[in-house]
Amino acid sequence: MSATFDKVADIIAETCDIPRENIKPESHAINDLEIDSLDFLDIAFAIDKTFGIKLPLEQWTQEVNDGKATTDQYFVLNNLSEQIDKLIAAKGA
Amino acid sequence: MRFEYFQMIDRIVALDLPARSVRSVGLVPKSSTIFEGHFPNYPLMPGAFLLECMAQTAGWLLIALNGFKAMPFMAGVKDAKFRSAVFPGDALEFEGRVVHEGSGYAVGEVKGRRDVKVVCNAQIIFTIMPFPSEEFRRALFEWAERLEVPVKELAR
Repeated sequence: MSATFDKVADIIAETCDIPRENIKPESHAINDLEIDSLDFLDIAFAIDKTFGIKLPLEQWTQEVNDGKATTDQYFVLNNLSEQIDKLIAAKGA
Repeated sequence: MRFEYFQMIDRIVALDLPARSVRSVGLVPKSSTIFEGHFPNYPLMPGAFLLECMAQTAGWLLIALNGFKAMPFMAGVKDAKFRSAVFPGDALEFEGRVVHEGSGYAVGEVKGRRDVKVVCNAQIIFTIMPFPSEEFRRALFEWAERLEVPVKELAR
């Protein structure tokens, strides 16, 4: 498990009052953890602040709506953590 | 303030886009049917209305920041506090700033004051959505002009 995943899981546990042990790398934020779009705004805010990035939620939503991506690519937590790592790397580049 | 139109601030008195800050003023009306219920023989500005004053103040700043291209809708409130009773005829000033602009959402913090005393404060999260129609956008332009927002300079 990556350090990024651990931080994301802590954020979700705190923001959504979900037991930390129920949050796993393979958990899907929407389908498994039942996080709705409003709660995800709070999570996005905490992630943006913690990592100093801007999660491109509008772009991801558009890609999913257009059938160019699946929600798994962005909302399964190990995938989300990889996306965050990429955004951090892009920021430092 | 015009409660019946939910126009909760009277004027934007300062708008600083680089600093992401805004100040607005609003005069609580001396009489309103609202005060007949809130409360009988003890008229008080409802806290829910103070929250809307704060949301509209931050909302105008967000609209200005996006060049009148999209509308912020209040989606969540944290740490809202109503610290002092507000009465008919009170002159209020609201001071807001945008603390984070995310993708499709933004977070603002606003304080309301009567003279120097803080009477309310809150952190408000907004979703930012396209205007539902061109008519809506035009109506918002007219509303902004009444508040003395420099619409022509800001609209992109």
